[in-house]
Amino acid sequence: MDIYTRRRTINIINLTASVLTTLFGLFFLSWLLWVLFQQGFSHFDWNLLTLDTPGPGNETGGLRNAIVGSLMLTGVGVLIGAPVGVLAGTYLAEFGRYATISHAVRFINDVLLSAPSIVIGVFVYEIMVIPMGNFSGWSGAVALSIIVIPVVVRTTEDMMRLVPDSMREAAAALGAPQWKIITSVVLKAALNGIITGILLAVARIAGETAPLLFTALNNQFFSLNMDGPMANLPVMIFNFAMGPYDNWHDLAWAGSLLITLTVLMLNILTRFFLRPKR
Amino acid sequence: MTQADTMTLNTGNDSSARAALSLDVSRAVKGGRDRAGGSNKTSQPPEPGPTKIEVKGLNFHYGKFHALHDISLRIPERKVTAFIGPSGCGKSTLLRTFNRIYDLYPGQRASGEILLDGRNILDRRENINKLRAKVGMVFQKPTPFPMSIYDNIAFGVRLYERLSRRDMDERVEWALKKAALWDEVKTILKQSGKALSGGQQQRLCIARAVAVKPEVVLLDEPASALDPISTLKIEELVSELKDSYTIAIVTHNMQQAARVSDHTAFMYLGKLIEFNDTGTLFTNPDAKQTEDYITGRFG
Repeated sequence: MDIYTRRRTINIINLTASVLTTLFGLFFLSWLLWVLFQQGFSHFDWNLLTLDTPGPGNETGGLRNAIVGSLMLTGVGVLIGAPVGVLAGTYLAEFGRYATISHAVRFINDVLLSAPSIVIGVFVYEIMVIPMGNFSGWSGAVALSIIVIPVVVRTTEDMMRLVPDSMREAAAALGAPQWKIITSVVLKAALNGIITGILLAVARIAGETAPLLFTALNNQFFSLNMDGPMANLPVMIFNFAMGPYDNWHDLAWAGSLLITLTVLMLNILTRFFLRPKR
Repeated sequence: MTQADTMTLNTGNDSSARAALSLDVSRAVKGGRDRAGGSNKTSQPPEPGPTKIEVKGLNFHYGKFHALHDISLRIPERKVTAFIGPSGCGKSTLLRTFNRIYDLYPGQRASGEILLDGRNILDRRENINKLRAKVGMVFQKPTPFPMSIYDNIAFGVRLYERLSRRDMDERVEWALKKAALWDEVKTILKQSGKALSGGQQQRLCIARAVAVKPEVVLLDEPASALDPISTLKIEELVSELKDSYTIAIVTHNMQQAARVSDHTAFMYLGKLIEFNDTGTLFTNPDAKQTEDYITGRFG
């Protein structure tokens, strides 16, 4: 076999393997989506948005309290986590780029990035739920924000570092002080990437269950009070899927589909933000 | 006897500064190992006008690497001074000391003196942002900011001046005209600077540097990424700008240096080998190395 034929053969083998593994992954993804649609879509109706979660034995019910609770928890979690993450990421990429402490911060951030979310739940349970004496929406939001922070720190730093140094030099050469370089030039150039990072963080926490089990818990009733337990989709799915009633199972499917579609939409949104523009 | 040797011998009846230069050169030719006690020698162009920047005994380090060795020279006001030499000779490094842009990076440091109008800009107490407003710079690759053409120009102006809308409009127009870009962009001022061609982007960067009304403009191989027509435009621009600004230009292209500059410095391995008026340096170089370089024997 000459060198060319050999290389061609290896190429074909590799290409086939890559395509097959891609198909393997896609197969399970589409299977999952298919089952979710099959089981969940038939239960999409107005009741889902207007009625609260049913107690044991109630025939009708919806997810209003869980949807509103999830939106509030996620929203507050991002409001706390995103600014902290963006500022810390800016420090790592700009001010503290060469500082020794940055290496440590980066390392700890990576650890936090892959920390099991249940550990974060137990941690917030210890620092907030026990001192406050009850489960609460605030502690749920804080637990979610701890998941948001490392994701946003990482993407902010990465995106700011993608801005070439020549851009910073050009701004500095005009006499711009560092804060001005960062806010007017670097941040502007990196903004789409940073927004994408925040959206990905939202997608990440939208389905988090473990941190909420120990913090926001759940609430059978509609509540906007962040000082008390709050209903939310992930914990609702967890409880209802294990419950004995058929209408609970149906709602769990509907909730799962709802979360999945939301995450899907967020991912499409990030594509939109990251697309090259003219 | 080579031409360079003749030159060295003939300098006896020139000014003493010239003799010092020749000494300098012959030492460099011998390998330049002995640099002791050379800190106050100053290379000077033979036709001394008022000096804008005076470099005295400048050394530069990238971490442990000694990049510039004891550089001394005077850059005359409202003239074009070109820096030539092979890659890695330190010409860009030298240029980057004039506005202390190297300060952005840790581990890069300069010692010696650089006097801008008699003030030592290497002094720690010197306000670095005000210095950079006075000494503008254009880089090798065009670096338009991610904003409109108008805001690209206005960005630098807004840092130090509070202008009314009308005055700012006028300033932007003035700067774009200076950079010979106005006619091409006057109808698209609100468009992104990134949408322009490479040559236009580079002229935008020149306009941006000029807009803050600096006294010195540093050009770091401003045309090396451009096509011949854009290059020609940049060169014409340089000739026009020297009426109002002191210009220092680094270039790989010797023809370019010969075309645009009044004085030329030849650098090699971090040392200033020869500094002379451009005509003399290219036709009658003192140093053998200069001659070898400009005749294409190395570099």
